[in-house]
Amino acid sequence: MTFLVPLPVVMPLLGAALTLMMAGKPRAQRTVSLSVLTGTLLVSIALLVLATTDGPQVVAVGGWVAPLGIVLVADQLAALMLVVSTAMTVCVLVYSIGQGMADGHEETPLSIYHPTYLILTAGVTNAFLAGDLFNLYVGFEILLVASYVLLTLGGTENRIRAGTTYVIVSLVSSLIFLTAIGLVYAATGTLNLAQLVGRVDALPDELRLLLQGMLLLAFGIKAAVFPLSAWLPDSYPTAPAPVTAVFAGLLTKVGVYAIIRTETLLFPGGRAGTMLLVVALLTMLVGILGAVAQSDIKRLLSFTLVSHIGYLLFGVGLATQLGLASAIFYVVHHITIQTTLFLATGLIERRGGSTALDKLGGLARLSPVLAGLFFIPALNLAGIPPFSGFIGKAGLLQAGAADGGILAWALVGGGVLTSLLTLYAIARVWNLAFWRKPATSGEASPLPRLMVAPTLALVAFGVGLTVAAGPLFSVSDQAADFLIERTGYVQAVRPEDP
Amino acid sequence: MTPNLVYVIVVGVLFAAGVSMLLERSLTRILMGLILLGNGANLLILLGGRAGNAPIVGTTAENEMSDPLPQIMILTAIVITLGMTAFLLALAYRSWALNGHDEVQDDVEDRRIMLLAEKDEGPGTADHDVSDDPGISAPTGAGGSTAAPR
Repeated sequence: MTFLVPLPVVMPLLGAALTLMMAGKPRAQRTVSLSVLTGTLLVSIALLVLATTDGPQVVAVGGWVAPLGIVLVADQLAALMLVVSTAMTVCVLVYSIGQGMADGHEETPLSIYHPTYLILTAGVTNAFLAGDLFNLYVGFEILLVASYVLLTLGGTENRIRAGTTYVIVSLVSSLIFLTAIGLVYAATGTLNLAQLVGRVDALPDELRLLLQGMLLLAFGIKAAVFPLSAWLPDSYPTAPAPVTAVFAGLLTKVGVYAIIRTETLLFPGGRAGTMLLVVALLTMLVGILGAVAQSDIKRLLSFTLVSHIGYLLFGVGLATQLGLASAIFYVVHHITIQTTLFLATGLIERRGGSTALDKLGGLARLSPVLAGLFFIPALNLAGIPPFSGFIGKAGLLQAGAADGGILAWALVGGGVLTSLLTLYAIARVWNLAFWRKPATSGEASPLPRLMVAPTLALVAFGVGLTVAAGPLFSVSDQAADFLIERTGYVQAVRPEDP
Repeated sequence: MTPNLVYVIVVGVLFAAGVSMLLERSLTRILMGLILLGNGANLLILLGGRAGNAPIVGTTAENEMSDPLPQIMILTAIVITLGMTAFLLALAYRSWALNGHDEVQDDVEDRRIMLLAEKDEGPGTADHDVSDDPGISAPTGAGGSTAAPR
């Protein structure tokens, strides 16, 4: 069944070509996009089942064996990320179709929306399935270019300003990644991750630290960790709501996935563990303090997005099995919740007329459904039991306590403080936007069903994560175990190596 | 294999020139900086492989071939940089058409929040970075209501 492995990349690309050819027929475009993305979701679920029962599925593309060819590897972590991200893309596509149809006038040229959206999905799936560094780079570039187009859709002044900053920062991160690839190739002679495992171990310590630092820098800009995160709250809020939702859910997580993959596979137990923990603590605190200062819901959520990336780095920096498993669980939770919250914010914008907190009010009475759609994922984000946010954070805090060092305890404290401050930020949004009496009467346009339905589905998915937390955590545990002892991965990709 | 020192120095010069152009205000200059950086990175990749004759089976003996992998990587990187350059040029042109200039601007919301903080806690609490244009630093009075709820 290894023919399934390239499908999550090939299908969206073919769909993008088809929708581009049907540029004048929006209904055909919508049908093609929806069917392609649903098909990709089904293939991803099949890959997850196969990876859990059979072990990692490996395909050498074109039959060319590494290092001259590239391999696509669907192990448990990759398949899990594929399932969650394709589920997000399907829901956000339905939401954006609802928004486009309800808006009526063609403010944003929808004829390039569908192809670009599908190319973004193809880039994300390519990055998750990549078995060598250069394919990872190509996957990053595909998704980045699509994101540039989606961010500056419509070409308004605000979007051009925010888009320019985003494009330049992302290009710098791509160039750093490319430089790191050049250095890795010069040092080891290969870029295939499985082959690199042995060769990087044999490198002198300082060279390995240099390579690790450059890769972390490149992925850190993408994942928006603390010193490199200022671009995110500047650029994400200006995009249209579904675009922000898919960026928040997917793009930073591809950076986190790349960090997880390279840290566990290529540089285990290196000297960067301490640095990762310090950066995680700073990301958590600086991000949430930034969120507390904001008066616009979208910017507030962008800052919480940055802050919770710190939790993921916490798990990766600990490098224990419980830490990694909790981090993987938290990634799945975080993708779902951030996407849901941004979609709910889009609904708030539609109902209340704006996302600035001082212009909103009384939404709970105006639309109880919207209040529920915002409240449940917001509680989940803040880590209220019994939701999946609480479970993920509990796992991370347990892993930190088990590690026992001073830095780990500082991170445990920082994690609890961040959770409290997230709750404060969410409570502030709830009070100002939903509970107080309306200051100005916003336009009471009804919420289109096609926008509410995918948000509802995502909220249900988030609650489902709580219900299915047991099996999900055991899958994360297996994935973490597989990552830590790297021989399983190397054996699957290169069985001929001793 | 040890690369030629001249190439390494050229890569260094390209990176230095690219980074210094990257720190400019005008988007066109930033774009030039990115192109220089891209060329530097491509040359750096080239240095990772062995030099030799054209790597075509039948034309050269296998032990005289140059390493084809860096050449492949550079080709891909050049194509990607081409796409980015085209897109950034379109952005610069659009910015020029809308604003009359193609300068990359700061985060306006961030500045507004800093000004709010100064108003609440007294002057000098948030530190400004004063840019050359006096109009940018002055509070415009536009923005959210003054009775911002806390």
